[in-house]
Amino acid sequence: MAVFTIFVLAIFVGFEVITKVPPTLHTPLMSGSNAVSGITLIGAILSAGTQHTGLTTILGFLAVVFATINVVGGFLVTNRMLEMFRKKN
Amino acid sequence: MHDSAFINFVYLIASALFIFGLKGLTHPRTAVRGNLLSALGMLLAVLVTLVNQHIIGYSIILVGLAVGTAIGAVLAVSIQMTAMPQLVAIFNGFGGSASVLVAGAALVEATLFSDSPSLQLTAATAATGIIGAVTFWGSLVAFAKLQGLISEKAVLFNGQQLINAILAGFSLAIGVWIVVDPSFTNLYWILVVVASILGVLLVIPIGGADMPVVIALLNSYSGLAAAATGFVLSNNVLIISGSLVGASGIILTQIMCTAMNRSLTNVLFGVFAPTEDGPGADDVYAGKVKSTSPDEAAMLFDSAQRVVIVPGYGLAVSQAQHVVRDLSQLLESRGIQVEFAIHPVAGRMPGHMNVLLAEADVEYDKLKEMDEINLTMAQVDVALVIGANDVVNPLARTDPKSPIAGMPIIDVDKSRTVVVVKRSLSPGFAGIPNPLFAADNTLMMFGDGKKALLELVKCLKEG
Repeated sequence: MAVFTIFVLAIFVGFEVITKVPPTLHTPLMSGSNAVSGITLIGAILSAGTQHTGLTTILGFLAVVFATINVVGGFLVTNRMLEMFRKKN
Repeated sequence: MHDSAFINFVYLIASALFIFGLKGLTHPRTAVRGNLLSALGMLLAVLVTLVNQHIIGYSIILVGLAVGTAIGAVLAVSIQMTAMPQLVAIFNGFGGSASVLVAGAALVEATLFSDSPSLQLTAATAATGIIGAVTFWGSLVAFAKLQGLISEKAVLFNGQQLINAILAGFSLAIGVWIVVDPSFTNLYWILVVVASILGVLLVIPIGGADMPVVIALLNSYSGLAAAATGFVLSNNVLIISGSLVGASGIILTQIMCTAMNRSLTNVLFGVFAPTEDGPGADDVYAGKVKSTSPDEAAMLFDSAQRVVIVPGYGLAVSQAQHVVRDLSQLLESRGIQVEFAIHPVAGRMPGHMNVLLAEADVEYDKLKEMDEINLTMAQVDVALVIGANDVVNPLARTDPKSPIAGMPIIDVDKSRTVVVVKRSLSPGFAGIPNPLFAADNTLMMFGDGKKALLELVKCLKEG
């Protein structure tokens, strides 16, 4: 039940924070939040590293690759976009 | 036990950093720092996971991290801003597929160590399999459509919704089976295959201009898949970050739907076809369309005091964002007030136009939202529409039978003169003619957006 409580509360926090994001930043919001959803990387690292079976190690490895693309690519491209939104002096 | 307390404490810090990071995105000034905070949270979470004492093989993790970093970095640095929708789509897909693989591995491990894994684990695994596979394949289809690998048009066939319903029901049934008897882990992969087909079928009937909704929705799914994986692993940081992203995607989906005056069900399952009894293109356009040359248009701009530029997907297609910036600066240097009016669903993803204009160094306070600009549209001397169609179609206000009836539009028709830059009179996504193009105060400047604007800038400079 504790995990479910956390889930519901986090959704509320998400709604509160995200509704304040202005439309002009919606694309960076998507790519940035997308990078955050790459948090699955943690689970992937555990599967790949604990190496309980050959299968789980391979699954974990592939998941590490996919999630890392998501995380690294997502944060980098978001940063690239947001730098463009900075007011030029 | 101290170890796990420490790890969970760091995960808590990471979660807090994600929330601060998203909060930073509420203003362009703080957004860069916000993104860095999120990235820092991710880095902390990864580092503390790496010190987990159960990890015995680091080389495979490091190889995976290195390969993923290389691919991700190359994509992020080399992508053109106009191609941002497909990049976000494919990133969504990668996140979804990672969740599918992690949940699959977790199920295999769980059945290895216990005859009866917990209900939370099995149910969440089934949920991850469904959501993750739909996210991955749906995102691949969205990517292929946006990248032009397959037709952007809606692919429709008889019984489509029935097949989808059967596939969805079938996935749920397999999911329940996994919960009842998790020992046969191959069942999970069957579930993933069924959900993958469902993912493809759910996105192929969705056409180009509805892409903003689909991408926002898939964004939400990728978050929910991560949250579901968090339930599989009983890991709070996954649950928290996944639900933040899930909520974000749902909000954006809602905003996009509102901006088209359509329900989510209608976007996903509704057939968006022109009504039979609507006016035909010939009735609307015959003998009434006035075309203009860049030369003539330049004179209009010369005598204007206030100009509003309305960009659409055509601006992205012709990569015209830089020349639009040149045009606006040229006009401003002559004391003309220039603003940009951005429709929420202009382009192929939420905020697409804003990013393109930011790339071209147009200051963000010149970008006005639809509701704001509409208040003063009657005081605009020249409205310049570039590659937009349905979002400026007055039928949305006037014809209750039109497929876009009730959709909020940018009221360019109320300005003194409208100049529309467009290749032809071909209809937009809604498939209906646009009376704006035949209006008395409208001049059509036919041609490729970028070329036409380059000409216009040249004429303005010479004239």
